[in-house]
Amino acid sequence: MITDFSKPTPPSLDKRWRLVDATMRRLGHHSHGLIEALHTVQETFGFLDEGALRYVAISLRVPFSRAFGVATFYQFFTLKPAGEHTCVVCMGTACYIKGAPQLLSAMQRDLEIKPGETTADGRVSLLTARCLGSCGLAPAVVYDHEVAGKVSPTDLRDRVKKWTRHDS
Amino acid sequence: MTPEELEQIAEEERAAQGEVPHHINVCVAAGCVSCQSSSVKEAIDKEIVNRGWEQKCKSKGVGCMGLCAEGPLVSTETGTLYQHVVPADAGEILDSLEASPVDRLICRTDVPFFQRQKKIVLENSGIVDPERVEEYVGASGYGALINVLTEMAPSEVVQEVVKSGLRGRGGAGYPTGLKWSTVAKAAGQQKYVICNADEGDPGAFMDRSVLESDPHRVLEGMLIAAFAVGASEGYIYVRAEYPLAIKRLRTAIRQAERIGLLGSNICGTRFSFRIDLRLGAGAFVCGEETALIASVEGRRGTPRPRPPYPAQEGLFGCPTLINNVETYANIAPIIRNGGEWYSQIGTEKSKGTKVFALAGSVLNTGLVEVPMGITLREIVFDIGGGIPGGRAFKAVQTGGPSGGCLPSQFLDMPVDYESLAKAGSIMGSGGMIVMDESSCMVDVAKYFMDFCMTESCGKCVPCRVGTYQMNELLARITGCSATTQEIILLEELCDLLRNTSLCGLGQSAPNPVVSTLRYFADEYKAHVEQKICPAGVCGHEGKEAS
Repeated sequence: MITDFSKPTPPSLDKRWRLVDATMRRLGHHSHGLIEALHTVQETFGFLDEGALRYVAISLRVPFSRAFGVATFYQFFTLKPAGEHTCVVCMGTACYIKGAPQLLSAMQRDLEIKPGETTADGRVSLLTARCLGSCGLAPAVVYDHEVAGKVSPTDLRDRVKKWTRHDS
Repeated sequence: MTPEELEQIAEEERAAQGEVPHHINVCVAAGCVSCQSSSVKEAIDKEIVNRGWEQKCKSKGVGCMGLCAEGPLVSTETGTLYQHVVPADAGEILDSLEASPVDRLICRTDVPFFQRQKKIVLENSGIVDPERVEEYVGASGYGALINVLTEMAPSEVVQEVVKSGLRGRGGAGYPTGLKWSTVAKAAGQQKYVICNADEGDPGAFMDRSVLESDPHRVLEGMLIAAFAVGASEGYIYVRAEYPLAIKRLRTAIRQAERIGLLGSNICGTRFSFRIDLRLGAGAFVCGEETALIASVEGRRGTPRPRPPYPAQEGLFGCPTLINNVETYANIAPIIRNGGEWYSQIGTEKSKGTKVFALAGSVLNTGLVEVPMGITLREIVFDIGGGIPGGRAFKAVQTGGPSGGCLPSQFLDMPVDYESLAKAGSIMGSGGMIVMDESSCMVDVAKYFMDFCMTESCGKCVPCRVGTYQMNELLARITGCSATTQEIILLEELCDLLRNTSLCGLGQSAPNPVVSTLRYFADEYKAHVEQKICPAGVCGHEGKEAS
């Protein structure tokens, strides 16, 4: 058993690691704070990379495999940085029967990427959501954290075109 | 905080409300916020200041008013409701306060959508400001808690809940009183109370709405539960996908701590309770109680065999009470009005009301609360206003991926736990999706199977492999390349998953398939024998609706 425990060094000198430290401290550096700590990392840096996972794992004294297991088990966590803009198509039941599959396939064709991927120029990430809970507005799409309801393929294309145009 | 102090807050709040003759309520729940209701509120506030009407008129943000599809919604103290309001309408609405209402924007409230509802859980929604504890107290909030702490023994509280006949609103319908008394009787110094706000069913948004519209109600329910079972710590496990609900819960917890309703020695009694939030991270299986506990403990959300049930061995190995958001939201009115009162609402075995998220192919989409025992026809055609575009009704889907699709022959069936189960569906958490003739039921079954396959945690083989195989079979059927033999195989797999999966996810995953096979067998037949999709949905993957 390891009894000697010194504070690990953050992966970089970035001051934002203090936010992550604060979350872990608030939960007493207990292993049950793992998911909360990963939430803070993702909120702060946008994604979880290996360095971040290792740092959190060492700080909370859990094996790296457990941190990696949790990070890949939950759909909300992402190991890759997102594009400059994100377009989330809701695939909840109400949206599905009101035409979300058509929205998604239009985007897949236009952007030439699959859901979960980012365009090669790093401009747009295409994502899907299980359900946004905005079923009254089906089909719903989230453009950069802003929910839009009753979206048609044309609306969606026009909006995303603005992002992909290289002069914007 | 003493009862007198609480009464004083309530009185001050009512007096402050009374000072101003006119009140304008703007819905600030997620549905309306995504239609820019916050800029409507800003415009109204600005107009009030411009006119110097601060002493005359006050605006506030309130919770969900129900008719989410027609937002942003605005109401006035006279009960006038306006729909599709834009910031430019602010002046006209203010003008109307001392004249007649703005006809152009009016949303009629004398229609069945509003008249047929019975609001218990949602009684404060659309009325109180969810970000101010004073408003909740002004609307008799926390009165039930004070009453419980000062005048009741824990066993009496449990008795009252037993008497009410309340059953778990998360889906399975386990009697709440029985669950409480099991946890209360369990031995152990440390006990926990957990609120399951991991509303993962696609097409359901009741819990989100309750949390955004009336977060204190949920806290009060948890406090009463903690007192009844002898717990001192609680967690709310809420989806990370609901940022507004998380923000309002954090505010509510801070406010309750500030006025001494959360913390140590609440109301000068020996009862102490604190609540912390835990964010989910997008795993449907975490709605299952043992998986949820694993997730609160910071691990992967995989379920474990029961028994032992969480009531004996739950969070950190201690006795744990887990209830759904809506269940807790029912507690304060039950204590306030008595279990007897609650048990008079609803049917013999299903008491009280249920909140449904009505969506899909129906005119009035939004949030409704109805007494148990109401028929599906009343919900879909009277409250929901029927199917738009002159299309014919085909099915109503209840219970999400664990539920089933009910055809028109069940429209006159009463909505209660037993009837729904008998018809091959479940009550579920309350998502209700209406489908018309343009939906293909095999495609819908495949949609849910794809969902269960993706969300299977992978721990037990029947669920991990079975959902994959069923999804493959359904893909072949929707692709019109399956044989009759494969339908038999599909039926066998349904049986296998039901009987051998570890948790509710796998056990109920076949439900959408079983119910569609039972009621829409001709559609399966058409795909397999005639190689066509009667609704014209399948085989057109990637086709665009323009």
